[in-house]
Amino acid sequence: MLLQDKLVQIVTNPQLSPKQKSNYLALEAEASLPYMPISTEVKAAMNDGIICDMFEGHAPFKPRYVLPDYARYLKQGSEYLELSPAQDLDEALNALTILYHHVPSVTNIPVYLGQLDDILMPFTEGMDAEVLYRKLKLFWIMLDRTLPDAFMHVNIGPTDNIICRTLLRIDAELKQVAPNLTFMYDPSITPDDLLLLATTNICHCSKPHIANYPLHASAFDERGFGIVSCYNALPLAGGANTLVRLNLKEVALKATSISDFFDAVLPNYCSLTFELIEARSAFLHQESHFFDCFLVKEQLIDESRFAPMFGIYGMAEAVNILQSLTASGEVKPAKHSSYGHEYGHDTDANQLGYRISAALDAIVKSTPVVHGYHGRALLHSQGGISLDKDVTPGVRIPYGTEPNPIAHIQALAQHHQYYTAGISDILTIDETVKSNPQAMFQLCKAALELGFREFTANVASNDLMRVTGYMVKRSDIEAFKQCGSRLNTTGLAAEAAVNTGILQRQARVIAHEHSPCVFE
Amino acid sequence: MVSQLLPFSCVDGPGSRLVLFLQGCNYQCKNCHNPHTIGFCDACGDCVATCPDNALTLINLYNKPRIRWDSERCSQCDNCLAVCPKQASPKVTHYTVEEILGILHSQRHFINGITVSGGEASLQLPFIIALFQAIKASKPLSHLTCMLDTNGSLSLTGWHKLLPFLDGAMVDLKAWQQDTHRYITGRDNHAVFKSIQLLAKQQKLYEVRLLHIPSITDYEEEIDALATYLLLLGPDTRVKLNAFHHHGVVDDALNWPSCKQADIERLAATLAKRGVTNLTLPSCYI
Repeated sequence: MLLQDKLVQIVTNPQLSPKQKSNYLALEAEASLPYMPISTEVKAAMNDGIICDMFEGHAPFKPRYVLPDYARYLKQGSEYLELSPAQDLDEALNALTILYHHVPSVTNIPVYLGQLDDILMPFTEGMDAEVLYRKLKLFWIMLDRTLPDAFMHVNIGPTDNIICRTLLRIDAELKQVAPNLTFMYDPSITPDDLLLLATTNICHCSKPHIANYPLHASAFDERGFGIVSCYNALPLAGGANTLVRLNLKEVALKATSISDFFDAVLPNYCSLTFELIEARSAFLHQESHFFDCFLVKEQLIDESRFAPMFGIYGMAEAVNILQSLTASGEVKPAKHSSYGHEYGHDTDANQLGYRISAALDAIVKSTPVVHGYHGRALLHSQGGISLDKDVTPGVRIPYGTEPNPIAHIQALAQHHQYYTAGISDILTIDETVKSNPQAMFQLCKAALELGFREFTANVASNDLMRVTGYMVKRSDIEAFKQCGSRLNTTGLAAEAAVNTGILQRQARVIAHEHSPCVFE
Repeated sequence: MVSQLLPFSCVDGPGSRLVLFLQGCNYQCKNCHNPHTIGFCDACGDCVATCPDNALTLINLYNKPRIRWDSERCSQCDNCLAVCPKQASPKVTHYTVEEILGILHSQRHFINGITVSGGEASLQLPFIIALFQAIKASKPLSHLTCMLDTNGSLSLTGWHKLLPFLDGAMVDLKAWQQDTHRYITGRDNHAVFKSIQLLAKQQKLYEVRLLHIPSITDYEEEIDALATYLLLLGPDTRVKLNAFHHHGVVDDALNWPSCKQADIERLAATLAKRGVTNLTLPSCYI
């Protein structure tokens, strides 16, 4: 299609708001520029669907994810925004609202809204609980209505405090798509009844995610980290400059044997992935002038705290493909078609999966990058995008073949140690759990104890459901086809529903962030 | 003899539970949702030819005919259950107490306890006593609560043997009137009332379950007597209202009306009006 035809299609689309149209027009404009210089091998791997740049654009002029130091901002105010330091809760909420509109991301909407209990607690002294509730509720409604993107993430916990409890109460009450919510859990700090409150919320609205605080904290330095978008763990006052992902299924298809995969094919495609990472971050850091902005000048972010994310997906298919290869490269006769022998179910298959994760971890930890966190990229188990077909997100077990929740957790737990930048697993639990939050609590606690970095559950009949890491309302998907949606992410979910048959399967969905060609 | 082992359930007692469904039942409920758990296989072999996956074979073990089930081949189409003349299943597994303990051990962090259900679990009472006793005696497992899901037909002698190792029971009260109970289950309900009373007295009655079938069960007609009785059990006993649906049901009961949300809510409201407030309603309706 000619560029002009595409633009006309966007401009005249009956389902998009003017603002959404502007976004899509901008994406098309960037896509019309020549791509950054890359080798023919990288180009071929991209064309073959082995390496994917997540449709981040041809000329990255903003980082993928930005995690500003909001605490510093509230303390010092902002010269650029002409704001003095916040004196009370109203000023703090107002100041945050202002800054959110200046924090870029791949979707143009901030993906990180801060560790809200930490940064707001200093302003709550002497405040009546009901007054606090009213103020935070209005703030929560404002976020959903003005920044309608389910990738936008608030963090709370692991301490027990009134902001944390009030936000959990409000979130369960409003059941909004945005903001997304992560509750940090630390068994040595978080009381059981607070975790039970959080897991009770999951039963009602599939939020929050529960993050394994000690595990994440030990992976980053004392300046801290945040959980953003769909379970990406990234340095605070930094972020991700880019995300490039590797399709392990396609890599496995190039291998003639398991040893060929580990010795030659995987290292080769990893080095091509790094080449694309370097090209993309070089443009952002050296040519786009992004790091001249006030966020850097006022020390809300620090260029040295941005890391590329090395994403992977299609682990399940990769393992099943490799297991069907014999040492001589012949394809073994297929076993019974039931799921018993495959990834997620069979011990040998799972072990091969862990071996692949360990190999990726070793490669990512030993490969220097020019613009990284301590000179390195961060490994990420990537949750899929709406255009993926016949390939399973991250290291997940394919849809509809998941074992019971306990076996599911046990099969995946060993992967979690390797994915510093986050791992997106979603546990589907049938709706009977709604009247038994204690069961959810127990599953969650055991999963984290077993080494899960993040516990994310989807209760099967909830109107709110997860598409990868973001929430959409089930009823919104139905309604979208007719009348469009106020929420940017519903478009992606509708596409994911069509492409992957998610609504017929267990109540869980894939898809991910932005792609410029959502509407055909 | 286990018809199914469910590693994770959230509807069979408090918290997250492993559930063992034991094969065999002494009731013949017309409305049974799992009729293939009632009988015992006599190796007649009728099911063997109906298996599309060749997972069933008729074998001879110690000079007795047996059906061997290959779980690896089985695709769970359940053709075998449909043709079984005995309301039995060739897909039962025999477990020893040690094997169950091993399974519990591997998932002890994920669960709050174990529930033994059926069929009618109490028909295999010696196994249950041995299992619960072993759980209580094992240090890493002793935090797990041991619950029984039962139709209440066990004798008082049987209960007294089990009580030292039992944390709680869920008992079905399938109908209030003798005649109604006999019409639905084929058995009278004297033993059920006795079991409920004993368990309540021992403070081990976790839950009484009422499966509501509009126009068949007599809870609404007998609401005053029922409510008075339930109140006497004390505030620690939950009253769980279940809604009859057609899933799994065979024969006559398919013509019975399924129970809708409004039916359950009406029953709940009439019970609540009479002071029965510790009610649990279904989280979904089929």
